[in-house]
Amino acid sequence: MQFDVNRSEPKTRLWQRAVAVTASLGLAATALLPTTVGATPAAQGALNVAFLPKAVNNPYFDTAANGAKKAASELGGQFKQVGPSEATGAAQVQFIQDLTTQKVSAIGVSAADPNAIAPALRAARGAGIKIVGYDSSPAEGAYDVFVNQADTQGIGEALVQMACDEAPDCAGDIAILSATSTATNQNAWIAVMQQTLQQAQYSGLNLVDTVYGNDDDQTSQQQAQGLLQAHPNLAVIVSPTSVGIASAAKVLEDTGNAGTVQLTGLGTPNSLKAYVKDGTIKEFALWNVSNLGYLTYYVAAKLVAGEITGAPGQTFSVPNLGDYTIGDKSTIVLGPPQVFKADNIDQFDF
Amino acid sequence: MSGRLFTREYAHWLARWEVLLIVIIAALLWLGTRLSPVFLSAQNFSNLTVGEMEIAIIAVAMTLIIIAGEIDLSVESMAGLASAVLGFLWAAGVPLSIGIPLVLGMGILGGLLNGILVMRAGLPSLVVTLGTLALFRGLASVVLGPRAISNFPAEFTAFGFGNVPGTAVPWPVVVFALLAAIVGLALHRTWFGRQVFAVGKNQATARYSGVPVVRLKTGLFMLSGLLAALAGVILTSRLSSARSDAGTGMTLAVVTAVLLGGVNIFGGSGTISGVVLAVFTLAVLQNALRLADVSTELQSISVGLLLIVSVVVPNLARQLAHILQRARAERNPTRGAPERVPPYTPA
Repeated sequence: MQFDVNRSEPKTRLWQRAVAVTASLGLAATALLPTTVGATPAAQGALNVAFLPKAVNNPYFDTAANGAKKAASELGGQFKQVGPSEATGAAQVQFIQDLTTQKVSAIGVSAADPNAIAPALRAARGAGIKIVGYDSSPAEGAYDVFVNQADTQGIGEALVQMACDEAPDCAGDIAILSATSTATNQNAWIAVMQQTLQQAQYSGLNLVDTVYGNDDDQTSQQQAQGLLQAHPNLAVIVSPTSVGIASAAKVLEDTGNAGTVQLTGLGTPNSLKAYVKDGTIKEFALWNVSNLGYLTYYVAAKLVAGEITGAPGQTFSVPNLGDYTIGDKSTIVLGPPQVFKADNIDQFDF
Repeated sequence: MSGRLFTREYAHWLARWEVLLIVIIAALLWLGTRLSPVFLSAQNFSNLTVGEMEIAIIAVAMTLIIIAGEIDLSVESMAGLASAVLGFLWAAGVPLSIGIPLVLGMGILGGLLNGILVMRAGLPSLVVTLGTLALFRGLASVVLGPRAISNFPAEFTAFGFGNVPGTAVPWPVVVFALLAAIVGLALHRTWFGRQVFAVGKNQATARYSGVPVVRLKTGLFMLSGLLAALAGVILTSRLSSARSDAGTGMTLAVVTAVLLGGVNIFGGSGTISGVVLAVFTLAVLQNALRLADVSTELQSISVGLLLIVSVVVPNLARQLAHILQRARAERNPTRGAPERVPPYTPA
């Protein structure tokens, strides 16, 4: 009896832990159960392309995914989009490894960090998976073909020209609100902008600052606010990223600077329609994002079928888009950028 | 009597937190196998563990710090700073055989800074390490700026991305296993470990009992800085890319693993084996969800719920047990309130 009394403490702990075991198991089961339905493995040899954007829940990448879905239905292939919630190379590596384990036939990838994902992509290629870069190029040698949305020079020049259009008399302080400081495409455009600004006709424009909003709404808004505070004479903010330009537009409206500080850059028509209609943004540009996803899927399909290998000089044609020639560094270019203004924005729905 | 003793001991062992985690892992393995035909392969397990190793290595030190009643939030920034400085040194022509020891030494110094601010200036570790979280990240950006250094030699990147020859065991897993074994032995089998637990249970009592509290805790912060820097080096190697924003968001993952491992957030109890199992649980859970094409949102919801349940359920159970115990004590005063009964002494 005395012994029992002494030993009663473990008894209660056992009790607690038994509850914990049951509850946790129940939780694990519920968390996993609804997914059983979706887990139908692809048939062997079928065209099965996965898109891995820098991050999910980004309207830009969702639009590209819609284009890819259209291509998938035309070609009778499978499509899925997976990705991390935060745009980091480390997070993308895990997805690449899992897609390799799943043996998809091709991966369309927008590199959050071109070098960080290169070893994982090379391992995927070693396993026979075709890699098509889109939007932001992985490191050379880590992809079969890179689908460039627009050539870097054209975009950089268009951004400077729009800043010149918007700044009164093409003169004044301009600042850049970019995405992450290591994004390949952003940095390439910014480099072209800096070169273009050296030209005589842009001598009135003065690039005073480049800040990074990490393609995150909150950070981008803080950075835009910081620009307004740090540079009271700012004439134009150029934001070559869809998250950045929408965040900057919101900040300009909230702080009553809409109209005094101009805003331009790259963004999707649907996310900026309201700001174009009320005059916060007069013009901005973008390539056709839906077509980017569409073309990327077609390139993946042609690589899987063996119609192309990615060698420079190879040519192929894609329905609705036309003929393409694979260029230097196994790159193809989608087409020239499209400028959106109040009079044409309603024609676009993406 | 002896028969009952055996059952009770056995039941007590069965009810350990680690056993709960093993049961969860077994359940996850079973579910993973059902969800995806490719889940149960050596390469998949190699992939799913290697992705967690930086978190796991930092978690080893975090376990000691939390058991001792403190916290170190600055670890992810120290990992980022280590990555940035390593990249900077390499780009400047310093060989890795010198760069890596330098970076690890810097980790120890960073930990020493945390330790001094907490122990000598008497500030709460939550505040101090929140400060150094921003400080180390800021320094990393100053050192490397927006650049990414990636032209590391193949031997270095093979360490982070490759396996031990002839096996599917990634090198970082070997490092982690060694660390976990050494620290686990030190924590659970030596006077040092007993001091850590003593400080975490009651710092004043520990001090009066002769535990060198200041030296002990400062040492733990230095260990934490060292392992965070080591994680930064391994991350740089695995991604073959040194960046100032490396490791962003890792602190929360580390703390999640430690708490899921059954370490008491208020200090005083916990085991390394629990944390090792928790790291594996989280890795398997996330990998199974990814292979089953579960959306990223649902993945983080699952991890969040698992953590909440693991912390809340034992607490609720403890409260329920108390109520039951009290009710029993009222019914039969001789059986209840064991803490007031003098310890059993054999006749």
